[in-house]
Amino acid sequence: MASIADHPTPASRRNSFWRHFRYVLASNPVTAVAFALFMMFVTAALFGPWLVPYDPLATDGASALQPPSWSHWFGTDHLGRDVFSRVVVATRLDLSISVAAVALSFAAGSALGSLAGYYGGWTDRVVGRCLDTIMAFPLFVLAMGIVAAAGNTIENVIYATALINLPFYARMARAEVNVRRESGFVQAAKLSGNSDLRVLAMHIFPNSLPPMMVQISLNMGWAILNAAGLSFIGLGVRPPTPEWGIMVAEGANFIVSGEWWLALFPGAALMLAVFTFNLLGDGLRDLVDPLRRT
Amino acid sequence: MAIAIPPKARLIGRRLLQAAPAIAGIVIITFLLTRALPGDPAVYFAGPAADEASIAEIRKQLGLDRSLPVQFLAYLGDLATGNLGTSISTGQPVLTELITRLPASLELTLIALLLSIAVAVPLGVLAATRPDSWIDHLCRFVVTAGVSLPTFFTGLALVYLFYYLLGWAPPPMGRLDILYLPPDPVTGFYLIDTVIAGDLQATLSALQHLILPAVTLALFTLAPIARMTRAAMLQVLASDFIRTARAAGLSRRKVLFGYAFRNAVLPVITTLGMVFSFALGANVLVEKVFAWPGIGSYAIEALVVSDYAAVQGFVLAMALLFVALNLTIDIIYTLVDPRLRLED
Repeated sequence: MASIADHPTPASRRNSFWRHFRYVLASNPVTAVAFALFMMFVTAALFGPWLVPYDPLATDGASALQPPSWSHWFGTDHLGRDVFSRVVVATRLDLSISVAAVALSFAAGSALGSLAGYYGGWTDRVVGRCLDTIMAFPLFVLAMGIVAAAGNTIENVIYATALINLPFYARMARAEVNVRRESGFVQAAKLSGNSDLRVLAMHIFPNSLPPMMVQISLNMGWAILNAAGLSFIGLGVRPPTPEWGIMVAEGANFIVSGEWWLALFPGAALMLAVFTFNLLGDGLRDLVDPLRRT
Repeated sequence: MAIAIPPKARLIGRRLLQAAPAIAGIVIITFLLTRALPGDPAVYFAGPAADEASIAEIRKQLGLDRSLPVQFLAYLGDLATGNLGTSISTGQPVLTELITRLPASLELTLIALLLSIAVAVPLGVLAATRPDSWIDHLCRFVVTAGVSLPTFFTGLALVYLFYYLLGWAPPPMGRLDILYLPPDPVTGFYLIDTVIAGDLQATLSALQHLILPAVTLALFTLAPIARMTRAAMLQVLASDFIRTARAAGLSRRKVLFGYAFRNAVLPVITTLGMVFSFALGANVLVEKVFAWPGIGSYAIEALVVSDYAAVQGFVLAMALLFVALNLTIDIIYTLVDPRLRLED
C-alpha cells in the first residue's frame, strides 16, 4: 500500500535536490572546481569593465609589446593595450554570443524536436529531413557560409552558431519526448481534458528538461569555440573590440617573432571557458542522471 | 529468375541512393545562401561607388532580376557544366582554383586523421582493457583536454614551441621551402609527387612543413575517437560473448582482437562521420595558422573581400567532400561488420 511518505511534497523534493547537489559537489571535487570557475567567468562577464586596471581600448605607443610584468600582468600588445584588461573585458562579449546562440538554438530546437517526437508522422519526417540537411554540411563551414552570405555582423554569427547547434537539441528533444509520449502521466493529463499542445508544453517537456540541461552545458563550450573560430578568421567581431578569437588572431602575427603573450592569454581564457562548460556538463550529468556517468 | 546480388553489394547500393537527398539538400542550401538571404550580390559586384542604374545593370547581367525558381534552374545548369562562377578577387574560375587547392587540404586532413586514428584507437583500447590504470587516466585527460582546445590556439602553441623556441620546424608558411620548386602535379599530394619526381630533399621539406599542421589537426580529432573507442571497448568487453570466449579458454590476444575489437570498431567508424565534420571545419583554422595553400585559406581570403562565388563554391565543395567521406565510412562499415558476414 502506498503511504503518504512515498509521495514527497515539492518542498521536501527540493531539499533532497540540494542535498544531492551538495553530495555531488563534495564527492567530485572536479565538479566543484568547475562551478567555481563558472562563477569566476560570470563575475568577469558582469563586472569585467569595472574590475580591470586599464581601459581595454586605450593605446599607448610607448609601452607596446611589453612582456608580462607587475604593471601589465599579461603584457601589452602591439598598440600598447593591456592584454589582461582586454581578456577580462572580452568575457562578456564571448559569453553573450554563445549564451544567445545556445538559448536561440535551445528554444527553436526543443520546440521542433518536441513537435516531431510528439506528433510523429509527416511532422517528424519533415523536421528530420531538415535536420539531416544541416548535418550534411561540415558544421563550421556552414556557419562560415551563413555569415558570409547574410553579412559580417555579430548578430549573424549568433544566428549561424544557433543554427549549427540546432540539430543536437532537436534530436535530443525528439528522443526525450518520444519515450514519454505514451507514459501514464501523459495519458492522465490527456484524460483530464488538456489539449495536445498543453500536454506537450506543460507535462512532457518539463520532464525532458534535465537531460537537455546537460546538453546545453556541453554545447555551450562548443558554441564558444565556434564563435571564437569565426572571429579568428575575421568574421563577426571587428577590431579593436576585445574578443578572445580576434585577439588570438592578432597575436598570431607576433608568435613567429617570439611575443607569445599576445595570443597565449586570450587563447588560455578561451580554453578555460570551454573546459569549464565541459566539466560542468559532466557534473550536471552526475547530478541529474547518476546512471549515465562515464 | 532474379539475379543474385550479394547482400553487401545491395546494402552499399542502397546507401549510395540514400546520399541523393543529402546532395539535393546541400545544393538547395548553397543556392539559398547567396540568393535569398539579405545582402545583395549585385551591390558587392558593382562596388561602393556604383549608382542605382549600374547596380540594376549588373543585377540583370547576373540574372538576379529573375524569379528564384528560374535562378535555381540556372544554378543547376551551371553546376551540371561545372561552372561555379568566377572569383572577383582573382578573376579565375572558382572550380579551377578549388581543384588546384583541394589536394593541399586533402593531404593535410588525411594525414592528420591517420595520425589521430593511429594514436587514439590504441589509446582507447588500452584504457578500456586496463581500467583505472595510468593509461586510463591519460586517456580521460586527453579526451577532456582535447575537446576544450581551440585548434588555432594549439597550432600557434606548436609554432611557438617548435619553430621559435626549438627551431626544429620550418616557418609556418605553406607546404614547401622556397628553395624547392613545387613538383609536377600527379596526385597533388606533395609527399607523393616529390617522390615520383625523384626529389627526396623536397619530400623531406614537404614532410617537415606538414608535420605541425597535421599534428594540430590530429590533436583536435584525437579526443572523440579515443572516447568512443574506450566506451565501445568497455561495452563489448562486458558482453556475454566475450565472457563465453574467455570461459572457452581462448587466448587473451584472440579474445581482444579476434572478438572484442572487431565489434568495438563499428561504433568507432560511425563516430568518424562526426569527426570528419569537425575536422573539415578545423582544417580551415589550421590552414590560416600555417598559411597552408588549401581551399580553407582560399575561402578566408574570399571572405575578407566578400567574394560570393568563391565562398559558395567552397561551402559546396566542403559539403560534397563530407558526403563522400561519410559514404566511404558507411561502405567500410558494411564491409567490416562481422554480423553481416553471416548472411552471405
